[in-house]
Amino acid sequence: MIAKKTKFLSKFQEKLESGEFAITCEIGPPKGAEDEEIKSAGEILKGLADGVNVTDLQSSVMRLGSLTTCHILKEMGLDPIYQVTCRDRNRLALQSDILSAYVLGIKNILALTGDFTNIGDHPQAEPVFDLDSVQLLWAIKKLEEGYDLAGKELTEKPSFFKGAVVNPGADTEAALELQIIKMKKKIDQGAQFFQTQAIFDPEVFIKFMERISKMDIDIPILAGIILLKSDKMANYMNKFVPGVFVPESTSKRMAETQDKIATCLEIAAEITNAVKPYCQGVHIQALGWEKHIPALIEKIK
Amino acid sequence: MILTEQKPIEEIIENFGKEKKIFIVGCGGCPEGAETGGIKEINKIKEGLEKAGKKITGTMSIDFLCQKALIRSRVRPRMETIEKSDAVLVLSCGLGVQASTEVLNKICYPALNTKTFGGRITGMWHGSERCDTCGDCLLEYTGGICPYTACPKQLLNGACAGQSNGKCETDPDRDCGWELIYKRLKKLGRLENLYRFIEPRNYSKMLPKEEDRKSKHWALDEEVI
Ligand code: SF4
Ligand code: SF4
Repeated sequence: MIAKKTKFLSKFQEKLESGEFAITCEIGPPKGAEDEEIKSAGEILKGLADGVNVTDLQSSVMRLGSLTTCHILKEMGLDPIYQVTCRDRNRLALQSDILSAYVLGIKNILALTGDFTNIGDHPQAEPVFDLDSVQLLWAIKKLEEGYDLAGKELTEKPSFFKGAVVNPGADTEAALELQIIKMKKKIDQGAQFFQTQAIFDPEVFIKFMERISKMDIDIPILAGIILLKSDKMANYMNKFVPGVFVPESTSKRMAETQDKIATCLEIAAEITNAVKPYCQGVHIQALGWEKHIPALIEKIK
Repeated sequence: MILTEQKPIEEIIENFGKEKKIFIVGCGGCPEGAETGGIKEINKIKEGLEKAGKKITGTMSIDFLCQKALIRSRVRPRMETIEKSDAVLVLSCGLGVQASTEVLNKICYPALNTKTFGGRITGMWHGSERCDTCGDCLLEYTGGICPYTACPKQLLNGACAGQSNGKCETDPDRDCGWELIYKRLKKLGRLENLYRFIEPRNYSKMLPKEEDRKSKHWALDEEVI
């Protein structure tokens, strides 16, 4: 039986648990019935990334599914991290897809709330949010114990390496406190690692790490790194992406450079090297610039 | 008319935990009509709580707890007693509990569950309070702000990462409901509530009982005509 055969740790989990610095990358499935893009991104990342995050209809835009994409990457020999949001599926569908992932040999799962429907390309859609991210982790824990949310017994139990997200850059006292409290609740419900929102100011991240270590939170954290492609992108993110703040000096470097790619990678490597002593890894969002990831990884000390 | 149903007395007692001195407020509007929060019910709950060792510091019934100005004027002579109590028990729909928490500035426990007639409710008096008639009121957890209506994602375990400067991801003109909940709980000295894990909503609780669906409450106007 497939399910039984796959009861081993994922490569990604082994890496984090060994205490080594892990590098994961993100792949956004294409908007269409094809797998070309995924396969070429997969080829680039093979042997480089310790895990590949696959987004689940990121920004509420309809695309190819996260589960299918994870399956393709798994077949190619990569270690996918299956992102699951609560926006589009009720608890029946979520539990079913989570069981499916396990049977397909997918071992890492990242539980998210999901963006609201009105920011994407289908603002008419019903926002489901039957569960929230903490309850989703709780649901996965129940499945691992051999029961579904209705208390019915499963014929076979799945087992996952479970992650969640936290935003160290929350901009009000309430928002930051709520992030930290929610982080604690996620750990209580089984989260084993965290990814953060994109970091541009290492100081913010370092302060956050000091703060949580005071609260006895000791769990692998991967800092989010976004490849900043232009100063326009910096302005856009400052305006529209909550919790992300690109300092003026950084966006100026992108505005003034002759070689956008080189400067972009320099910035990403500088941030990574600054946060590296404080965390267990980075989670790189290349947003289409996957082909430059090998060059970036070379710059990480 | 808003349909409400009393929570079992055991649940009410359990919710209070160590709080001892309780002030009870009932609503002379819908709950009186639905026989869930009138004088009779207030006295019955008072007895039940006293049996469980609670001290009832006072009781009162206010016509329309969904009208904050009315609450404010009616409670004025009793404010000192309320302030000296550990908590307030409110026999009203979710709107009345929301309005009471705001006016009394005291943690208010819901004694009733608000059920649905189909559709969201705003009360007889159209204030800013909204109730989604979830049938399992948890306003004591959030300090009188309804997570189902104040947060578009209806999150029960805290804010998403989408808020920005206290505003909601879905609309920059809208306050983040969880930011409001945080501030309210802080003001009430109840921030520890935020650490509680809340299980997923039970949608089957929204539906009224069979006998209520067939009773006069379902179509009050027909009864009157
Ligand atoms: S929690 Fe909200 S939706 Fe549920 S009864 Fe209370 S006010 Fe209404
Ligand atoms: S920003 Fe606040 S109110 Fe808006 S969806 Fe997120 S938690 Fe809910």
